[in-house]
Amino acid sequence: MSRRQTVAVVVGLALYALLPPFLKNYGVYLMTLLCVYVMAAMGLNLVVGYAGQMSIGQAAFFGIGAYHVAILMKLGLPFLAVLPLAAGSCFVIGLLLGFPALRVQHHYLAFATLGFNVLVYLVLRNEQGWTGGTFGLAGIPRPTLFGVELDGNLAFFYFTLASTVVLALLLAWLLRSPWGRAFAALRDNPIRAESLGVNITAYTLLAFAIGAACAGVGGAYYAVLVQYIEPSAFNVPASLMMLLAVIVGGSGRFFGPLVGTVVVVLLPEWLRFAQNWYLMVFGFAVVALMVWLPGGVLSLADRWRRARR
Amino acid sequence: MNEKIIEFDRVVAGYSPSLTILNDLTLDARRGEITLLIGPNGAGKSTVLKTLFGLLVPRSGEIRFEGRAIGGRSPRSLLAEGIAFVPQGRNLFGSLSVLHNLELGGITLPRGALAGRIEEVLHRFPRIRERIGNQASTLSGGEQKQLEVGRALLLHPRVLLIDEPSIGLSPKLVQEVMGLLRALADAGTTVVMVEQNVRTALKYANRALVLETGRLALDRPASELLGDPDLNRLFLGGAGSPAAATAH
Repeated sequence: MSRRQTVAVVVGLALYALLPPFLKNYGVYLMTLLCVYVMAAMGLNLVVGYAGQMSIGQAAFFGIGAYHVAILMKLGLPFLAVLPLAAGSCFVIGLLLGFPALRVQHHYLAFATLGFNVLVYLVLRNEQGWTGGTFGLAGIPRPTLFGVELDGNLAFFYFTLASTVVLALLLAWLLRSPWGRAFAALRDNPIRAESLGVNITAYTLLAFAIGAACAGVGGAYYAVLVQYIEPSAFNVPASLMMLLAVIVGGSGRFFGPLVGTVVVVLLPEWLRFAQNWYLMVFGFAVVALMVWLPGGVLSLADRWRRARR
Repeated sequence: MNEKIIEFDRVVAGYSPSLTILNDLTLDARRGEITLLIGPNGAGKSTVLKTLFGLLVPRSGEIRFEGRAIGGRSPRSLLAEGIAFVPQGRNLFGSLSVLHNLELGGITLPRGALAGRIEEVLHRFPRIRERIGNQASTLSGGEQKQLEVGRALLLHPRVLLIDEPSIGLSPKLVQEVMGLLRALADAGTTVVMVEQNVRTALKYANRALVLETGRLALDRPASELLGDPDLNRLFLGGAGSPAAATAH
């Protein structure tokens, strides 16, 4: 990242952190929700954008993370103890799913992950003893951080924002490591990668599992943000929304999920002035964006650079 | 005559059960030599390299490396044995920098060894050192080929398989790349090369193996074949019966 880009990121982050005290509760909620979805979308970007695989099952891992937190926190475990469990479970389930599923590619893999999402949704809906079924789980407490309660929306926003930054830094480190380069090699050309000794199966599986763990972390924060979860929030439309965020922002670009999530989460809110038409306007806006900028919003910078040459 | 390091013994291989490319192919490559595979399109030249490198599993027959059977082993394990492969065409990861491409080439090395190996490659290819921070896609054709070969050399391979190294290069750069392969062979690396630019490649090779429909049609010293007035016919097909393979 160039110096100018670093400055832009720091300034953007500072503005994002400074804005909530001037907003109403719903505004703070939306800004926190955006952070939560960014975590899940960053994980999906690793799978789709960097490792070149297709997944329509990210919301399943998001749900698994959320239910872990909801069930275990209601049993009295602290959030900071449950969070690694949620991430770890999603990582392991990601490995278990990926091992057979990643034998197929592209749209076949998309359908395999979609099937997994439907399966998880059905389990969440039907295992009432654990999940509350369609009634969901209510009364999920907000976390306490070293004795400081994060009940207030503003305090919880800053906690979530800081966590999102930490996760982003971890992923940035990963992508700059030899692992990240192996992911990029897989996406560009798996046969070339294999001829260099890149263990295609292991690295693809790893990307898939790390992406699942990120969704699990996002789901964990989602549960304590909304304090009530039910299965429909983790069904296939949520996975499509996350995939849309990655593609609209710029798949394979580090900040793509951030920009895409802003579009996917905030644009419908900004369009509410259109009342009953707002989802239709949103749909047309996304179609227009994809036609005009198939590489995502962040590809605009490349176009601008090419035009200047 | 140098010792045989690679041997194909009646190998049958192809891309699907209905598409057999190598038909009972028997050939060998010798230590410290450049073995050139030539023949018409579809003769199985690239398939030999892919099968040797584990990208295709032989259906029958045996492939031996230093006398040990290696047929069906993964590319990763063959790299560890000392066999490296530079496939046909552009093989770099264009979106990554030159340094990152080199680091990928050494992904199977222990972490501590990588920096030293990269330094060795940069010492051999000073032009690559100058471009170390650049995106690989911005390199010229010759620089890209140097980087591809350099990347393969990171692992100190004993056998280098290289498929059509001259594609897309100017005649001057082709000479450079061939000179580099010759120097490697003279230093003890066994090179097995597929090349369409036959006349140039023959000047640098030790042996030429002519393939036809997945069989060895001719096995002759490169210098002898270079002087053969029938070279074009051999290259385009019609080298003779398989029996000719053992003629020399």
